[in-house]
Amino acid sequence: MMIEALIAVALIGALVTFVAPNRVAGKLAFAISLVPAALSLWMFTAFDGSGNALLDGSLAFESHLEWIQFGDYSIEWFVGLDGISLPLVVMTTILCSLAILSSWTPIDSRESQFYGLVLFIEANLIGVFSALDFFVWFIFWEAVLIPMYLLIGVWGGPDRKYAAIKFFVYTNVASLLMFGSFIALVFGLGDAVTSFALPDVADAMVNGGGVQSSVFGIDPGTFTALVFIALFLGFAVKVPVVPFHTWLPDAHVQAPTPASVLLAGVLLKMGTYALLRFNFTMFPEQVETFAVPIAAVAVISVIYGAMLALAQTDLKRIVAYSSVSSMGYVILGLIAYTQFGVGGATFQMVSHGLISGLMFMSVGVIYNVTHTRSVEEMSGLADRMPIAVGILVAGAFGYMGLPLMSGFHGEFTIFFGAFQADFAYAPLFTALAMFGIVIVAGYLLFALQRTVFGPYSLETDYDVGRAPLHDVAPMFVLLALIIALGVAPELIFDMITDAVDPILNGGDL
Amino acid sequence: MAAYQLPQWAALAPALILALTGLVLFLVDSISPRSTDRTLLAGTAAVGALASLAVAVWFTAAGVGTPTIDGGEGVIEIFDGQFVVDQLALYFMIVVTIVTALIVVASYDYLAGHTYQAEYYSLVVLAATGMATVAAANSLVTIFIALELTSLPSYALVAILKDNRGSVEAGLKYFLIGALSSAIFVYGISLVYGATGYLQLNSIAEVIADGGADGFGGLLGLGILMLLGGIAFKTASVPFHFWAPEAYEGAPAPISAFLSSASKAAGFVIAFRVFNVAFPLGEIGSVIGFDWTVAFIVLAIVTMTVGNFAAATQENVKRMLAYSSIGHAGYALIGLAGLSADGGELVMSAALMHLLVYGFMNTGAFLFVALAEHWGVGRTFEDYNGLSSQAPVACAAMAVFLFSLAGFPPLGGFFSKYFLFTGALEAATANTAMLAVAAALVVNSALSLYYYSRLVKALWIEDPPATRDRLSQPTGLYAAIVVAAVMTIVILPGFGPVAEAATGAAEALVN
Repeated sequence: MMIEALIAVALIGALVTFVAPNRVAGKLAFAISLVPAALSLWMFTAFDGSGNALLDGSLAFESHLEWIQFGDYSIEWFVGLDGISLPLVVMTTILCSLAILSSWTPIDSRESQFYGLVLFIEANLIGVFSALDFFVWFIFWEAVLIPMYLLIGVWGGPDRKYAAIKFFVYTNVASLLMFGSFIALVFGLGDAVTSFALPDVADAMVNGGGVQSSVFGIDPGTFTALVFIALFLGFAVKVPVVPFHTWLPDAHVQAPTPASVLLAGVLLKMGTYALLRFNFTMFPEQVETFAVPIAAVAVISVIYGAMLALAQTDLKRIVAYSSVSSMGYVILGLIAYTQFGVGGATFQMVSHGLISGLMFMSVGVIYNVTHTRSVEEMSGLADRMPIAVGILVAGAFGYMGLPLMSGFHGEFTIFFGAFQADFAYAPLFTALAMFGIVIVAGYLLFALQRTVFGPYSLETDYDVGRAPLHDVAPMFVLLALIIALGVAPELIFDMITDAVDPILNGGDL
Repeated sequence: MAAYQLPQWAALAPALILALTGLVLFLVDSISPRSTDRTLLAGTAAVGALASLAVAVWFTAAGVGTPTIDGGEGVIEIFDGQFVVDQLALYFMIVVTIVTALIVVASYDYLAGHTYQAEYYSLVVLAATGMATVAAANSLVTIFIALELTSLPSYALVAILKDNRGSVEAGLKYFLIGALSSAIFVYGISLVYGATGYLQLNSIAEVIADGGADGFGGLLGLGILMLLGGIAFKTASVPFHFWAPEAYEGAPAPISAFLSSASKAAGFVIAFRVFNVAFPLGEIGSVIGFDWTVAFIVLAIVTMTVGNFAAATQENVKRMLAYSSIGHAGYALIGLAGLSADGGELVMSAALMHLLVYGFMNTGAFLFVALAEHWGVGRTFEDYNGLSSQAPVACAAMAVFLFSLAGFPPLGGFFSKYFLFTGALEAATANTAMLAVAAALVVNSALSLYYYSRLVKALWIEDPPATRDRLSQPTGLYAAIVVAAVMTIVILPGFGPVAEAATGAAEALVN
């Protein structure tokens, strides 16, 4: 019942915070969010599971209850964690606590509603990473949308309405596509599955031979391929990969800092996590078939995202576009379909969550103090706010994949895995993607050089000084985690590979 | 075995309790007609509705109306089969009493300062009695009487804001069209009687099965079409929907909620029972020359499309909700469209689930409009701008209702629509036209998200106008809205029993 406890604490906390008076809401929400954070850390230490939740493994903290019986199919309350989902849950709870802490300064209106929505998102994110029944999972998946839409739309920047609606429409259309195709798949599997439990579907697909007879007059092979493509497109919007990425910079730039932290840190991982769980676990043959185009999309995302970042003059936009590039690495790792590739991709999900969270927080802190995000206006901030800027620089190094920081291990294993991949031109794709590192280093150093170094020359009416402790503290925590994972990646990498192996071995350990 | 066996008619207890409550309200008012104790009146009505609800739930849980083969207490027939208490009847009694309780509580604040307090509450409760009776009526004549018991108080309720021109006009329109549709309905009854010689639903079916109506196919077919017309009026289905936006807009908002949720449900229970029991598909086709599911397929598609497209173009929130409730009538009609000679209880139970969820979400949405009317903020989308900064809790509840009406995943409306969708696909194996219905359902749901989210956007994202007075927080309205919102969400974990009850109710009809 641990997972239920996590979700329940966040949900009840959300309700309590929603009706609490504005002036205590921030502190209250932070205090509440520490409970799931602490619980999830305890779960991390007490983790006792092996293998892959969908294929061949024993789940930790599992619970399985009957819910709705309708016609031939049953819907069940089914949650549990394996080595892939547990690190993501821990990352979610920690990032949420830190995001709440970092909102104390920028959020100055309707606080109780703001923090209530953040806690509500937290509950649903935990649900997304732990649900193992398609309906339960989909409920959590979609429930993230509305609060995020409101966070951007109510507390966002000047263009918030446009950004919020664009975000909502894009991701909702993608969800519908994904929903429809998955339901079609379950019906296509016929008598092989009688519930929407993901392990049952995965087992029927991997060990049961997949779709057997023609569906709606489409032959099984084509049908499976169509479902694979539709699912991929559905999740690709969330990741996002080029060319479905245009909602992301708008949403990021308009969103308030903590929403950006959650958006980049956790929401994007929903996309890659779902890709891993659905496309890459359930469709081993189609992964092989579509390896080259997917690898191409991944490489394009890496290079194009990085080039877009290079062209931006808004600090937050730079960080936003860099996410497109980083998530491209994750896709590359997944399509490599080797232990290091998929494992590294999962590791990179966690690592990018922490690093991008840190970057958005730093940009937020700088904005709180300077009231500008334009790279051209800023200069020499290092003199005025050494600590915050120091963390920003450290975060940027993490992004570039400097050794001893988590980004290094993530990217290195991905590249290592991708070189070993056996689809056509794998080394070439990998080499191209590696070139992305150079551009990433380029735009980050270029941006840093203009903003934080050099003589101080910011023209502003505001007193540019040091940021308050509660703004800087969450960044220290994140930095500590980034370095911890960089120094000792085996903290989570072992359990990840444990869960990844069954995927690659066709369902067996 | 219980120590004391209740008499048979006690099975109608939910309806009887409501009738009694109506009389008690009259009594209370006649003791001191000059003074009006609103708390006492609203409290009595609410207690009556809740007691009725409790009994209906208790009966369902105790297995009353479940066939004895399935381990229940058996279907109870009263007055020689004029009434039956089966799972379907109890299910709809639950829906009706829930809505009644909600709007009675909400009316407490809405009606502050109005005249005719006691009359209002007793009319509401009497209309609810009619709806509960409709649910159990098993003969065309009891159906008609119960239906009139529902309609007559409703006409008065729509027009109860005597000083408001809109309200009076709406009442008049509703009354005139209602009277016309009653005439059509009763004419249909007489034709069916003429063709078969019976009024009781199962007797009609027996006559048709025995070939007793073979020479009167045209007469019977016309009668069926007229019954269909009467039902289409009650459920506000196209092409008999024109009264609905006018009546809902002019009526006091709690009454709009009442009519669009409970009264509509009563219309559907008639449709479900009459068409399943009296005119079973297997035999009727050869007698009257056509399959009546075709009519429902067309009706369902047209109703949901017209309702949703009209809703998308509205500027007035109440009218938008009125048209969207026409669209939802189209969704519920899928339950009948998906029937076939060899079954269809799946799609039928999905329609029943949708009506229950709809009872919460639609009532809640109209009650929010009632709250806005209470505040006097205006009627258009623009007038609702930025209400969330002043009334976050009510606006959060409204967002829940709207997203649920749109069929957005985490909420009850998603599940009932999903089940309707899969039910329709299931039915498509017997009748390929159901694929079109399923497609129309998806397209319309997607469209509806546009106009529902437009209101969410107005409430939450748009900035409030600079000049708006502080908003009061009326307890009754808030309580009803919050309860409805909580139920729209809490129904999710409890969807297992709901699905079970709906399946049981559908199986009571479809053999």
